[in-house]
Amino acid sequence: MHHAIAQKTALHDLQAAQGGKMIDFHGWIMPVQFAGITAEHQAVRTSAGVFDLNHMGRLHLVGPGAVAFLTRHACRAVADMKAGAVRYGLVLAEDGTVEDDILVSREGEASFHIVVNAGNKEKILDMWRSAVPAGTILTDLSASQGMIAVQGPAALHLLQSLQLDGMTLKNYAFTDVSWRGTVVRLSRTGYTGEDGCECFLPVDRVGELWTAVVEAGAVRCGLGARDTLRTEAAMPLYGNELDRTVTPVEAGLGFAINKAGGFIGDQVVLAQLTRGPAKCLVGLRMQEKRVPRTGYPVVVEGQPVGTITSGTLSPTLGAAIGMAYVPAALALPGTTLSVDLRGTLVTATVVALPFYKRAK
Amino acid sequence: MSTRYLPTHEWARVDNGLVTVGLSAFAAGEVGEVIHVQLPTVGVAVLKGKPCAEIESVKSVNDIYSPVDGQVVEINPALAGQPELVNQDPGNAGWFMKVKPSGADPLAGLLSEAEYQAQLAK
Repeated sequence: MHHAIAQKTALHDLQAAQGGKMIDFHGWIMPVQFAGITAEHQAVRTSAGVFDLNHMGRLHLVGPGAVAFLTRHACRAVADMKAGAVRYGLVLAEDGTVEDDILVSREGEASFHIVVNAGNKEKILDMWRSAVPAGTILTDLSASQGMIAVQGPAALHLLQSLQLDGMTLKNYAFTDVSWRGTVVRLSRTGYTGEDGCECFLPVDRVGELWTAVVEAGAVRCGLGARDTLRTEAAMPLYGNELDRTVTPVEAGLGFAINKAGGFIGDQVVLAQLTRGPAKCLVGLRMQEKRVPRTGYPVVVEGQPVGTITSGTLSPTLGAAIGMAYVPAALALPGTTLSVDLRGTLVTATVVALPFYKRAK
Repeated sequence: MSTRYLPTHEWARVDNGLVTVGLSAFAAGEVGEVIHVQLPTVGVAVLKGKPCAEIESVKSVNDIYSPVDGQVVEINPALAGQPELVNQDPGNAGWFMKVKPSGADPLAGLLSEAEYQAQLAK
């Protein structure tokens, strides 16, 4: 969804004043970096960083038809979720390709909170508003609810020092905490491959929380570090690894598919699960310190066999890494391929994903 | 000899009849950590304002434009192993190439230091 004028998040003025280098991202003016991508990346891997996520779409679905609606409109089962649980899921088209990837939190028997991608929010709202049954209500919370993420091995302790205690939360679970006269939702989720929380609270208090978290020691992080962190963790980005040309099976997201079916796109996706996909998302480690960038061809014996979806210089590995869709026969770890870097073929080895996994 | 600039942030300096070309400190800071520099081959002709090299940073890939017409006579051999020299010392050790200029006044029409700084301030 393109907007004529880029929108500012509730943290825009604060971030611009704090040295954020601002860029346009899906119609939002967002910081790409503060101190520098590598420094921010390392802070999240070793300590704690804070991210503005106010551009993300936040939806609320409540009513007697909510469970049945989500069971049909997302490919992940929700009926067996307990209140307080969070699940990653995807919204598919009839052909099994991906409309969006989402995070669903169950608040109660018939009440769900759903985070969708900034660039897909209007599309999802258009698709869902006409499909939600009478008596079940879909609301766009994006303008009234703020969202930031505090990520890193020190994130939970840092939040605890601010009387935001999520220490006993399980991964992919949330709790609502009273804080300075308001309520902050702490969700033990994130997009960095590191421990931490995503925090939701009324938008008029999100600046106060951002400032408190920074003063407690979290490093301000921009979209640049968010991208290098999620790439190391091999977490897909809509528009790169996910779009209307790939299915969750091809993307390696079989865990997020309801094997019982009953969702839009189930025939294609369940058949692929059974017989295996023709193409797969793989991790590539480059032999040279040169970045395989989005759109670069993957080549075998002079023939293009796939395309890079994301790539970066991994600060943790000190090597250039990327992801690409290639034929299943070329997807085994150890397979040698080439990437065409603007006319120069550079050797790459298929490696198991994720590139980085935190120690438990 | 004074340093002159292209508006696209390349610097040029004449020394012993050859024009040394590099990237401005401002641009080196903007592109971030440089990880690869694709330099032209010695002997090739370069044209003022046309791409002659490529600089890759963690963030992006950018063309380098030649500030002069001429022939490449030398490239910086250190950049193959130490591309970070472009960040550490863009005005000296991080130079890209030396060009034998084809014209008598090779730096004519390029920006002076003051003019370049004024462009950055806009």
